[in-house]
Amino acid sequence: MTGSTPDVIVARGLAVGHGGVPVVPDIELTVRARSSLALVGTNGSGKSTLLKTMVGLVPIVAGELRVLGERPGGAPRQIAYLAQFHAAGFILPLRAIEVVRMGRYPNLGLFGRMRTEDHDLVAWALETMDVADLARLPLRSLSGGQQQRVYLAQVLARRADLVVLDEPTAGLDAGGRERYLEAFAGELARGAAIVTATHDIAEAVEYDQVLLLARRVVALGPGAEVLTADRLLDTFGIVIRDPHAHHAGRFVVAERAHGAPQVIDIERPPD
Amino acid sequence: MGPLFDPFLDNEFMLRALLAGILVSISCAIVGTFVVLRGLAFIGDALAHGVLPGIAGAALLGLPGILGAAVGALAMIAGVSLVTRLTRLSSDTAIGLLFVSMLALGVVIVSGSSSFAGDLVGILFGQILGTSVEDVLVQAVAVVVIAVIAAICARPFLLLSFDPEQADVAGFPSRRYHAIMLLLIALTVIVSFQTVGTLLVFGMLLAPAGAGALLAHRIERMMAWAAAIGALSTYLGLLLSYHLDVAAAATIVLVAAAIFFVVLAVTNLRDQAPAWAAPRSGERDRP
Repeated sequence: MTGSTPDVIVARGLAVGHGGVPVVPDIELTVRARSSLALVGTNGSGKSTLLKTMVGLVPIVAGELRVLGERPGGAPRQIAYLAQFHAAGFILPLRAIEVVRMGRYPNLGLFGRMRTEDHDLVAWALETMDVADLARLPLRSLSGGQQQRVYLAQVLARRADLVVLDEPTAGLDAGGRERYLEAFAGELARGAAIVTATHDIAEAVEYDQVLLLARRVVALGPGAEVLTADRLLDTFGIVIRDPHAHHAGRFVVAERAHGAPQVIDIERPPD
Repeated sequence: MGPLFDPFLDNEFMLRALLAGILVSISCAIVGTFVVLRGLAFIGDALAHGVLPGIAGAALLGLPGILGAAVGALAMIAGVSLVTRLTRLSSDTAIGLLFVSMLALGVVIVSGSSSFAGDLVGILFGQILGTSVEDVLVQAVAVVVIAVIAAICARPFLLLSFDPEQADVAGFPSRRYHAIMLLLIALTVIVSFQTVGTLLVFGMLLAPAGAGALLAHRIERMMAWAAAIGALSTYLGLLLSYHLDVAAAATIVLVAAAIFFVVLAVTNLRDQAPAWAAPRSGERDRP
C-alpha cells in the first residue's frame, strides 16, 4: 500500500439481500482510507444488510465487492463491526473492561497473550469514550447509553482499518454523542475508513459520502449535494423542513406509513 | 469424625461416589456455564435424553454403554443440525421432536428385551454408589479433556456468548465453535451418565451454573462458583441419601436445584434492596 488513500471498499454492480433475494441491487461505490460513508434510509431499506455484507456476515447476492483487497470477511483483523442490537448484554457475567478487551481478540487469536500495548489500547479506548471509571463494573449494571459507550470503546480498541457501525448513536446522550464524534474523527485521522448507518440527517451531512437507500440506491455523493428535500422525500416519505436554516441539517425525516409523500415546512413567527 | 465424614471414611463406595460426583461437577461447571449463557438448555436436555437408545442398543449388543452413548449423542447432534437447517420452524420444535423420538426409541429397545428392563432406571438415574475406580479415572480424564478444550476455545466461546456475529467478524467462525460447544456438552453427558444418569446430568449442567451466573460478574468466577456448588451438592446429597436411605443421584440434583432457588431468591432480594444495601461498585471483583 504505497498510495496515501488506498481503496478500502469497492462495490461494482453489487446486489445485497437475504437468501439470494436482493434487497438493494446495483450498488456502485468506493470508500477510501481516511474517508467516511453514511448509509441513510428507513428501517428495512437495506442499510443493515449492506453493512452485514461488507463485513462478511451475509453473502453477496450478485456483483462484486472487495473489502481491504479481499472478499468480505477475509480480513477479520482489520475490520471492526458494531451491530445495532446487543441481545446478550444483560445475561453475561462480564465487566465492561472484558467487553473492550474482546476488541483485541482478532489480533491475539486463540493463544496470543494480552501484551502491554493491548492493555494500553483498552485503557485508552475506555478513556476516550469516558467510561474508564465504569471499567470494573458488571456490564449488566450499566445503563443502555453507558453500555453503548462500552461497545464503541471495544470498536476503538480494535484499531481497525475499516470501522462499520450500525446506528452507533442510538441510546447515546449528548455527552456520549460528542465523545463518539471526536473519537471517530480520530479514527479517520489515524487512517481508517468508516461506514455508518444512521437516521440522523444532521450527522450524515458531516460524512464524505452519503448513500441514500430505499431498497434501491436513491443517491450517492457528498452530503450537501445528496441530502436535498426531494431525495429525502424519495427515501423517507415525510420531510420536515426548517426554511430559515441554511445547512443540510435543517431537515428532519420520518417514515411514511401510507399516503402521499409530504414536505412539511416549519412555520416560525417573524423575529 | 462423626456423621458428617464417617460415611465416606468407612465406605469405599461412598468415597468413590464422592470423587466421581465432584469430577462430574467440574465438567458440568465448565460446560454448563456456556449452556446457561448461550441458552442451550433445551439442546442439552435433548442430548441428555438422546443418548438413551444408544446406551440401550449397546447393552443389547453387549458393547460398552459409553460407546452407545457416544453414538446416540452424535446422532442427536447431527439430527438437530440437519433439522434446524432444513426447517423454517423454530429449532425448539425440531429439537423437541427429536428428543421425544430418541427417548421413545430407547424405551422401545429396553422394553423389547426382557433381560434388562430394570436397567432403564439405572440409565436415567445413574448408579453413583456403584462407581468403580475405572469410572473415576474415566471421569478424571474427561475433566482434563474438557478443561483443555474450553481453555483453548475461551476467546471464541466468550465472543459466541456475547454475540455470534461478533465471533464471525472477529475471525472465529461461529458455526465451528458452536459445534465444538455441542461436542463438549455431548462429552459431558456421555461420561457422566453412568454416575448421575442421563436425566440428572442435565440438572447438574444447569443448576450450579445457573446459580453461578447469578453470583458472579466474570465468567471464570461463574465456573468456579458452579464447580463449588456442584461439589457441595454432591457431598450433601450423598450424605443425606446415606442417612435417610434415599436415592443418591436424585438427592444430589435436588440439593443442587435447592441451592439454585435459594441463590435466586437471595439475589432477587438483594437487587431490590435500597442502594446502600446493594453495592454496585466493582470493588469485590477487583483482581
